[in-house]
Amino acid sequence: MEVSRRDFLKLAGVASAGAVVTATSGGLLAGCSPLKGMENEALNDTNLGMLFIPSRCDYEDGCRDCIDACHGKHNVPDHENEKHEIKWIWKTEFHSAFPAYHENDILNEKMHHAPFMVMCNHCANPACVRVCPTQATFRRKDGVVLMDYHRCIGCRFCVAACPYGARSFNFKDPRKGLDENEIHDNFPTRTKGVVEKCNFCSERDIHGQFGPKKLPYCVEACMNHKGVEHQESALVFGDLDNEGSDINAVLKKAPELGLIPLRRNEGAGTNPKVYYLV
Amino acid sequence: MLLGIIAFLVLFTLPIWYSQITGDADAEPVREKPEGHCVESADYMRANHMDLLDTWRNEVVRGADRAYYPSDKQYLNDGEPWDKSLTDTCLEQCHTNKSDFCDACHSYVDVRPDCWDCHNIVEGD
Amino acid sequence: MIEKVFNGGRLYWGWLTVCAVLFAAGAILYVDQLWNGLQITGMSRDVSWGFYLANFTFFVGVAASGVMLVLPYYLHDQKEFGKIVILGEFLAIVACAMCITFVTIDLGRPDRLVNLFLHPTLNSILFFDIVVLTGYLLINLIVGWSVLDSEKKGEKPRRFIKPLIYLSIPWAASIHTVTAFIYAGLAARPFWLSAIMAPRFLATAFAAGPALLIIICLILRKYSDFDPGKIAIKKLSTIVTYATIAGFFFLLCEFFTAYYSGGPHHTTTWKYLMFGEGGSGLQPYMWAVLIMTASAIALMVYPKTRYRYDTLAVACFLIFFSTWIDKGLLLVIPGFIPNPLGEFTQYWPTAKEFVITFGVWGLGFLVLTLLYKIAVSVKLEVGDQEIEH
Repeated sequence: MEVSRRDFLKLAGVASAGAVVTATSGGLLAGCSPLKGMENEALNDTNLGMLFIPSRCDYEDGCRDCIDACHGKHNVPDHENEKHEIKWIWKTEFHSAFPAYHENDILNEKMHHAPFMVMCNHCANPACVRVCPTQATFRRKDGVVLMDYHRCIGCRFCVAACPYGARSFNFKDPRKGLDENEIHDNFPTRTKGVVEKCNFCSERDIHGQFGPKKLPYCVEACMNHKGVEHQESALVFGDLDNEGSDINAVLKKAPELGLIPLRRNEGAGTNPKVYYLV
Repeated sequence: MLLGIIAFLVLFTLPIWYSQITGDADAEPVREKPEGHCVESADYMRANHMDLLDTWRNEVVRGADRAYYPSDKQYLNDGEPWDKSLTDTCLEQCHTNKSDFCDACHSYVDVRPDCWDCHNIVEGD
Repeated sequence: MIEKVFNGGRLYWGWLTVCAVLFAAGAILYVDQLWNGLQITGMSRDVSWGFYLANFTFFVGVAASGVMLVLPYYLHDQKEFGKIVILGEFLAIVACAMCITFVTIDLGRPDRLVNLFLHPTLNSILFFDIVVLTGYLLINLIVGWSVLDSEKKGEKPRRFIKPLIYLSIPWAASIHTVTAFIYAGLAARPFWLSAIMAPRFLATAFAAGPALLIIICLILRKYSDFDPGKIAIKKLSTIVTYATIAGFFFLLCEFFTAYYSGGPHHTTTWKYLMFGEGGSGLQPYMWAVLIMTASAIALMVYPKTRYRYDTLAVACFLIFFSTWIDKGLLLVIPGFIPNPLGEFTQYWPTAKEFVITFGVWGLGFLVLTLLYKIAVSVKLEVGDQEIEH
């Protein structure tokens, strides 16, 4: 059977196009839901959030415990280069955390010396999740916005979409910024080319499936540093939908303390879950 | 022309006869079996461990569902479910020696999983 | 038809060699990037998209310019475009391919490209962008090749081509619109969050793409026996003129909204771009673009300079170059400055980044030259026959 070169190429082209279309539709039909087949009753009604109270924070006295705990336990590299910096939690000033109040001199004056710890806000309407082309970042039923490092293609659309600058991209191999002896074995490092951020310590048993509920490392570090219970800490974590949770207890007390709960960049419409009592 | 066909067949079947000649074929890896039992049977694991790990990853990362109930009750962790974790369950508790356990088979079949680019090797190997 | 690429003079082969060398240099450095990561670029935690995506954004515009020939020729029977429609279609193919290449080399994990197809995400604009770009490339490839082939054989084009051609017209508008939506849908970046992004993209595309086509037609006229036709070039220049004016007007609209409203959200980045507040770097380029565009408009509006080929070439070059700087550097980078915390981080491409980028240009122009060689050779062979559609 005589097949001309051109006909063969045409056939090959159509065949590959067909293969791609099949794979893509297969992906679409198999269900784009990142939670396919994994229903866990316990998680359905949680809405995890965080609270930070600047007046309780000892940053100005040199405390870096929350940052050290988080970055240490999650193998966040230190490349000593601001361009390629990776940070999951860090301290900033009031006018950077709340740039909308930029021109409010009175408020800025008052808040000038207060430390503000910022991190991923685990928004209820996250822009990063909306733009991710592979669902490598997704919002879980318990309210945590997570990264699947196996799926991320490193396009950095999520970095562009985040109104809080919470995400960091690995411009180089993170293991180059880590001391071999200090790697925390129980948590993976990431590779170059993927985006990472705070994960509300979801590798820990934060839902108490195997024992008492664990708290994020930053919260625990703060409690240990100040020698206080969870509700007295500068960082409070918990289920915002649970009336009896620690975080709601503190939020209820806020008016007594003369504090109001602010959220960063309200205008972005992302419904963030990290509150600041100022 | 005939010579060409023979040369092609020889080269094409290289993987089949080369290791027989060099003697590597007999070197089936000997793996150290740790104490206790695995989350599933050895046969199942041999065939499906990568599949199991992928499923665990999706269920934990995307579903926050950490409790693993083996299909056969005898493989439960003292009657309790296992924590779905490569590092905490598999590596830390049993397969602590990566080179003796994981690498022995992987090198033998020339498979290079890139898991280790991220997942750290626990102390003990 | 492919065999036609082998006949060429010294200039042809010389040009192909230049393109090939550029491509080789870029390819070698890309291996460095694959090995060491994107740290070899000038991008940073704050400015996470840079020169690669700036070029991507620009070439999406060039790709859509094919429709500027297809629309008048097929929809409005402007027969004068008959000789050069194929040039527009081939340019669209190459530009689309360059776009897809730019996106791929910008990825942190290009080895996971297939995840885009395994896990399609309908709410992600980036997913749609890949779909429409690939689709447009395929449409133009099928249409262009088939029509050229029929012309060579002296036949009428195949029947299935007509609906595909009609499809390519709104599809061309879509590749732009979708690319503009990548930027315009992000509440985090107030500099981009403007409804006029998509119109601006379309206007500058219809200016820059045909401007490049005019330059190519003038080159072909000079260095080969192929004459695109005086009327075709005249009509193209009219299109370029109005598109450039529209694009410039949209830019002025952005200035007005930013400065008159006075809100810091809107003005901070423009002040950075125009006056270097917060760090210098880009404002010479902003002013250069304004001056170049204004000069080009002056040259194009005045008929004498629009019709003379030498002034036309200068104007088209100014338009192409200034649109490249504007849509690329001055649109993508300032979106990240200042960052969501109000901090200013400067960006400038590294030398390696330039080489890799121009490597992609080299590849694109190489393929474009080969395709044009085929098209022009066929056209010259066939002569000026009018084929009924």
